[in-house]
Amino acid sequence: MALMSFAEASARAMAEEMRRDPTVWVLGEDVRHGGVFGQYKGLMAEFGGTRVVDTPIAEATIMGAGLGAALVGTRPVIEMRIADFVLPAMDELVNQIAKARYMFGGQARAALVVRMPHGLLKGSAAQHSQTIENWFVNVPGLVVLTPATATDLAAAIAFAIRADDPVLIFDPKSHWKTVEDVPDAVAPLVPGKAVLRRAGMAATVVTWSQALPAVLAGVEASGIAADVIDLVSLWPWDRAAVAASVRKTGRLMVVQEGGIDGGFGNDVIAATLEDIGPAALKAVRRLGAPRIPVPFSPPLEAAITLTPERVRDALRQLCA
Amino acid sequence: MAGNHDRGLALYRTMRRIRVFEEVALEAYRNGEFPGFLHSSIGQEAIPSGVCANLRADDRLTSTHRGHGHGLAKGAAVDPMMAELYGRASGACGGKGGSMHIADFSVGMLGANGIVSGGLPIAVGAAQGLKLIGSDAVVACFFGDGATNRGPFLEALNWAALYGLRVLFVCEDNTFSAFTYTAGTTAGAGPLARARSCGIDGVSIDGNDVAVVDEAARTLVDQVRATGQPAFLHARTYRWFGHTATDMAAYRRPGELEAAKARDPLIVQAQRLASEGVDPATIAAIDADVDAEMARARDRARAAPFPAVEAALADVQDAGAPTWL
Ligand SMILES: Cc1ncc(C[n+]2csc(CCOP(=O)(O)OP(=O)(O)O)c2C)c(N)n1
Repeated sequence: MALMSFAEASARAMAEEMRRDPTVWVLGEDVRHGGVFGQYKGLMAEFGGTRVVDTPIAEATIMGAGLGAALVGTRPVIEMRIADFVLPAMDELVNQIAKARYMFGGQARAALVVRMPHGLLKGSAAQHSQTIENWFVNVPGLVVLTPATATDLAAAIAFAIRADDPVLIFDPKSHWKTVEDVPDAVAPLVPGKAVLRRAGMAATVVTWSQALPAVLAGVEASGIAADVIDLVSLWPWDRAAVAASVRKTGRLMVVQEGGIDGGFGNDVIAATLEDIGPAALKAVRRLGAPRIPVPFSPPLEAAITLTPERVRDALRQLCA
Repeated sequence: MAGNHDRGLALYRTMRRIRVFEEVALEAYRNGEFPGFLHSSIGQEAIPSGVCANLRADDRLTSTHRGHGHGLAKGAAVDPMMAELYGRASGACGGKGGSMHIADFSVGMLGANGIVSGGLPIAVGAAQGLKLIGSDAVVACFFGDGATNRGPFLEALNWAALYGLRVLFVCEDNTFSAFTYTAGTTAGAGPLARARSCGIDGVSIDGNDVAVVDEAARTLVDQVRATGQPAFLHARTYRWFGHTATDMAAYRRPGELEAAKARDPLIVQAQRLASEGVDPATIAAIDADVDAEMARARDRARAAPFPAVEAALADVQDAGAPTWL
């Protein structure tokens, strides 16, 4: 066990995978300098510029080249800098990477990782703050990981690099410097396996990624005994764990940083309704952003930021 | 008959196979034997034939929506290709790709592509991966003139030059971008000038003469392999049919098609071989052989079973594999 930031946990996990498998390499803008958040720190010194490849600002080709490199047997880790910048690379991700195995009848595997630090980060405004992980749940072929802790981020990296699927990791962008105890050896994540972060009989709170700290603090402050389920991955996702919890509590709240409308929380609620039936559900609530671009002005940004207080109040309403 | 004509005859045969494959496919499509989009490359056969004659088995290629010729020229087996058009289980992609997504990874054909310029980033990445694992294999990256107006074209050229990658960019300039003359939507001095602006040199050639393509490709492929630097081949040609099998090309300027047919790459090569003393019977025998091969492939495809419905859910992903709802 060692105290470690998210960025350090990432760099350590990357280095371990790159030592284990010489076909693993990373490409993206400014990765030689350790990446914009230090999540690749030290890799350049250890592995050199052929495996830690600084790219032009050419997102479509960063993504598409990753696919080409995977098709000839290497395992690229594609760094998008921040999730917003995947948008110029959507063709390569959605039309090419996600479908390569299927369209070609199983001849090809797009065994690669795409890392997309996402979410609010103080004052980053509309084009540098988006939380759009739910879009990718709608794309067959992709695995969507949304780790909330440094340990899970390291576990996600280990799983994603070894997997033969294209795996997306949405790094929780506002937590890079947050420090936590990380085990010396982190096992690869098991996708589709949720983690119960807190247990209680009165309600079920489902969340993922960087909403987790506010959720845990808010539940604590509410004085209500609730299960807090961290989904960790959105595709596949642990539908059974949520259903089992809600069967017990009868109350379900979904907390997401991104927009409620069209958000993944809706899937969680719909699936749970199918699984346990409407009669078993006493109350449902969704907490998340309104359908607006992320505003710059600090008080406006604060108004859509998940806080422990908002979680506390919403949970109290759910249980009222 | 003087000299060895094996290469010239082989090039002719490859072109003939592409021509007849597509003629058979067009006829079947028009008969309603399979749905979808069928993009014919008839009239353009010299380019893939001449380029791929200079590729090794472990060299790769990326293709386009007009990709039957690329696959055949790289050595993809005919029966699975034809069966793929028919959506059959024995198809190259188990019937799940169709004409626009034919691939044969066993011969380094990394896939046709339904997205214009989609192959360019993949090609440079494949070359980068090959370099990383210590291979000197070359990636031939085919695309149309229309693709040069999309951003990935610039990105990929810059990328290949920047990292020193073994990519031969092959622009098949068939005059059209779908229903539009590419010249009418394109500024500047053309594809090769754009490549040169990124420091990638090459040649602009008559893409209807397979001997010219063969010669240019030999020089460029050898150079790419030896230097580890990309090169550019701009091959001018003309698309005989419409953009797709249902497009009658009413926008075509009068006289153009006739002029193109007078420069039919198959006739150009057949005449060259004849002038070099090859017995016309030799050519006729190739024609008959290829006709029979393609008719056989069609008959087998017609008779082949469709995939079982369960195949719809196969080969999506390991983690979170789909289920019927
Ligand atoms: C990104 C994208 N835009 C538009 C299309 C529709 N489309 C398919 S082929 C084509 C023309 C492409 O022209 P060119 O690259 O010259 O290739 P050609 O069809 O002449 O072989 C168009 C517009 C597409 N498939 N992909």
